[in-house]
Amino acid sequence: VRDVVVVGASLAGLRTAEALRREGFDGRLVVVGEENHPPYDRPPLSKAFLSTELGSEDLHLRQSADLRAEWLLQRSVRRVDQREQTVALSDGSSLHYDGLVIATGAAPRRLPGIDLSIPGVHELRTVDDARSLRDELSGVPRVVIVGGGFIGAELASTCRGLGLDVSVVTDLPLLATALGSLAGAATARARDHGVRVVDTAMVTGLATGDRVAGVVLSDGRTIPADVVVVAVGAVPRTSWLEGSGAILDNGVVCDETLAVRGLPSAVAAGDVARWPHPALGGALLRIEHWTNAVEQAAAAARRLVHGAAPAHAPVPSFWSDQFGVRLQGVGLAHCADEVIVVDGEPAGDQFLAEYRRRGEVVGAVVAGAGGAARLLPYRRDLVGRLRTPVS
Amino acid sequence: MRVTLDESLCQAYGNCLLAAPEIFDLDAVSPVVTILQPRPAESLREEVEEAVRTCPVEALLLHED
Repeated sequence: VRDVVVVGASLAGLRTAEALRREGFDGRLVVVGEENHPPYDRPPLSKAFLSTELGSEDLHLRQSADLRAEWLLQRSVRRVDQREQTVALSDGSSLHYDGLVIATGAAPRRLPGIDLSIPGVHELRTVDDARSLRDELSGVPRVVIVGGGFIGAELASTCRGLGLDVSVVTDLPLLATALGSLAGAATARARDHGVRVVDTAMVTGLATGDRVAGVVLSDGRTIPADVVVVAVGAVPRTSWLEGSGAILDNGVVCDETLAVRGLPSAVAAGDVARWPHPALGGALLRIEHWTNAVEQAAAAARRLVHGAAPAHAPVPSFWSDQFGVRLQGVGLAHCADEVIVVDGEPAGDQFLAEYRRRGEVVGAVVAGAGGAARLLPYRRDLVGRLRTPVS
Repeated sequence: MRVTLDESLCQAYGNCLLAAPEIFDLDAVSPVVTILQPRPAESLREEVEEAVRTCPVEALLLHED
């Protein structure tokens, strides 16, 4: 492998580039990124960045000193030619590759009936999105957040911390995907902190004047709003791969080593990658957590440099800081059929819950200080067991 | 190999502990993690590197001395 092109200049792209060097890759390394920023950290965008005066430079990710990468920022890849092994860039140039890293992440999901061009309507993915939202929060607006996932919940927490009037409209309890049956407790915690959680109606449109005035619900009500943030999940950014041969299905479909199916000499990492985790017996998994991007970066680089790699079988993990509580989890909670609260009270500041499938623990979630230490025994157990299918 | 912690950055997430429990520790009262082995054995390199990489706030540094 002499020429590697990394498409995507965020966490997964940067960490894959670094891992390529660590694995001994000594050739030309080009990283293509759409934004006008070097790689930066996104988790603070829903939290500290909104409530402080942090600048984008404060979010820049540390880069290893010997990276020797060429950065092509404010450019995107338009097309991949599998036969010629070239990528065509938005500036009209093209690049040859022997190895291609797909790390284009995901983009906020859009909702029909919500026009993002209306003043006061926001989404939150980039530091530029966060800056424009922050500018409006200083005007003490009434905020309505559409969506109750991690970003919606963290954003609600941050806005309450700023003393704002906050509503969340969601069709599921808060954090339902991550917490399963404990999501009701997350909703209760948000309400305890003064968030109006509307989980009985959907958003059908916006009320507008010269800017947004409210969100219109399926039950006919309108919630007044000066700022609306749409946070209803993300969709993998794969349109540039159409026609490349890569198999696209809710992400870039990979084999168990993160090699892209249908596109030779390519690997994928981060939010965009969908691969068969060995624990799931062939079922594909796509994970949008920070830690996943870092772990897949290392695995994808190994696969690209050495041409072979063991199956990627991580113990996924996440964290989320909201309403004064830190939630942390390990494992594959989403495939659990039973949740057991081992300690504490799920709506409180401290608890430990086990996620089980047919009686076997497949994940654990903890809240409270020192939580990682309480997750450690679960992680140790799962490191071995998630290498083969869970029952 | 030597690992150091910037205590002004550490927020006690404990991802390092999950990656390399022989090297790091965390309890419910300390605001930062503890480094148990500032000079880990070479045999633990992979775990230590993963700990450094998965720190959400880049509080850990690995030095080759």
